[in-house]
Amino acid sequence: MSDQTLSTTPRASRAVGRAALIGVALFLCLAVAAFAGARYGLLLMIGFGFGITLEGMRFGFAGPWRAMIQRREPAGVLAQLVAIALVAVIAIPLLQSNADELIGAIAPVGWAMVGGAFVFGAAMQVVLGCGSGTLVNAGSGNPVGLVALPFFAIGSFFGATHLLWWTSLGTAPVVAFTGTTGLIVTLAALAAVAALLLFLAAPGTRTIPRRMWIAAVLLAIFALANLAVAGQPWGVVYGLGLWTAKGAVALGTDVAALPFWSAPANSERLGASILTDVTSLTNLGIIGGALLVATWRGGLAQKLPDLPARAWVGVIISGLLLGYSSRLAFGCNVGAFFSGISTGSLHGWAWFAAAFAGSAVGLRLRPVLGLEAK
Amino acid sequence: MMRATRRLSAAALVMFVLAVLAVDMATSAPPDPFQAPPVLALGSGQASGGAHCSALPGD
Repeated sequence: MSDQTLSTTPRASRAVGRAALIGVALFLCLAVAAFAGARYGLLLMIGFGFGITLEGMRFGFAGPWRAMIQRREPAGVLAQLVAIALVAVIAIPLLQSNADELIGAIAPVGWAMVGGAFVFGAAMQVVLGCGSGTLVNAGSGNPVGLVALPFFAIGSFFGATHLLWWTSLGTAPVVAFTGTTGLIVTLAALAAVAALLLFLAAPGTRTIPRRMWIAAVLLAIFALANLAVAGQPWGVVYGLGLWTAKGAVALGTDVAALPFWSAPANSERLGASILTDVTSLTNLGIIGGALLVATWRGGLAQKLPDLPARAWVGVIISGLLLGYSSRLAFGCNVGAFFSGISTGSLHGWAWFAAAFAGSAVGLRLRPVLGLEAK
Repeated sequence: MMRATRRLSAAALVMFVLAVLAVDMATSAPPDPFQAPPVLALGSGQASGGAHCSALPGD
């Protein structure tokens, strides 16, 4: 065998492996389309798009917030604001002109909502993974994400089940920024936050890297596709709670009798396949997309970390809190922060402020729990 | 002792997803692709289902 053949064989075999990965992803989307319907196959594909973008471009939510709080590096948060603004420019007018077909991520501000967002912000820094981040981390073979994910789902189920009690503690009327005025208010507020971040930034950190620009644009495209295909914005935690609800049904619990799950939309989801549930499909796609990228890059060869027992206890508790608190907060970084703000909901802004404050607390807990050096 | 790699956690994740799908199949009505909604909600004339984390039951 010649030297040339020796050097091209691994490259050829890698190319075949990567083509197979894309083939498997496309096959899964087509299989769901054939089994459940074309819309659902397309939603799984959009989920793959989210996962590939987030893992492939190393773009997230918890990490950039950490960078801003600890090192005053605003690039990642600025890129998030760019993505939200891009979605808002199209979504807010679209929601007004197609109110019968599309809904925004609109929810009321309340005590439990703000408290939930604060706890979510703290917990997401402990596991360094938000709603989408936990899915991406689990998909890329990160054991912290893998352990947090099922507990996130369990917490989400209980948070949803108790939601009506929590909202009874005090909830303000729903405020939504709609139409041209709403869009201007949203863009102006995003610009004001961006200006504040740039003012606080450490010298030499005020530019957004090309990778983050691309990720922001791709995320905005997939978020708008999600809205157009599903009729609702990108979300994460509803699907996770639904998975646990189905597990509870399988164990004999009369979930359908619980007030939250007996509401028409939720009752319908409980009886239908998750392959027809919007957030379940995009969640599965995010996991699959991250797994695809990790396999593509050879990232699964990384050794698992040797963490102390208290770190795993911290991850489990944080997973439960992530799920529970995100239901009280009417969403996580995706459903409340990204989709809430980009579709004009005031609760998205309240979520942002409370979760950012919670993140500062969560970052102090990581060394205490043994998740990083003190 | 040799430490395991992320292949192990990825394999566990795939098992988790398969378990979720198995539980779903055991507890849900199978989907009917012939009764599926139009590919795009936008322009379909149909209202969104409303199963989203921002939705408050009763609103």
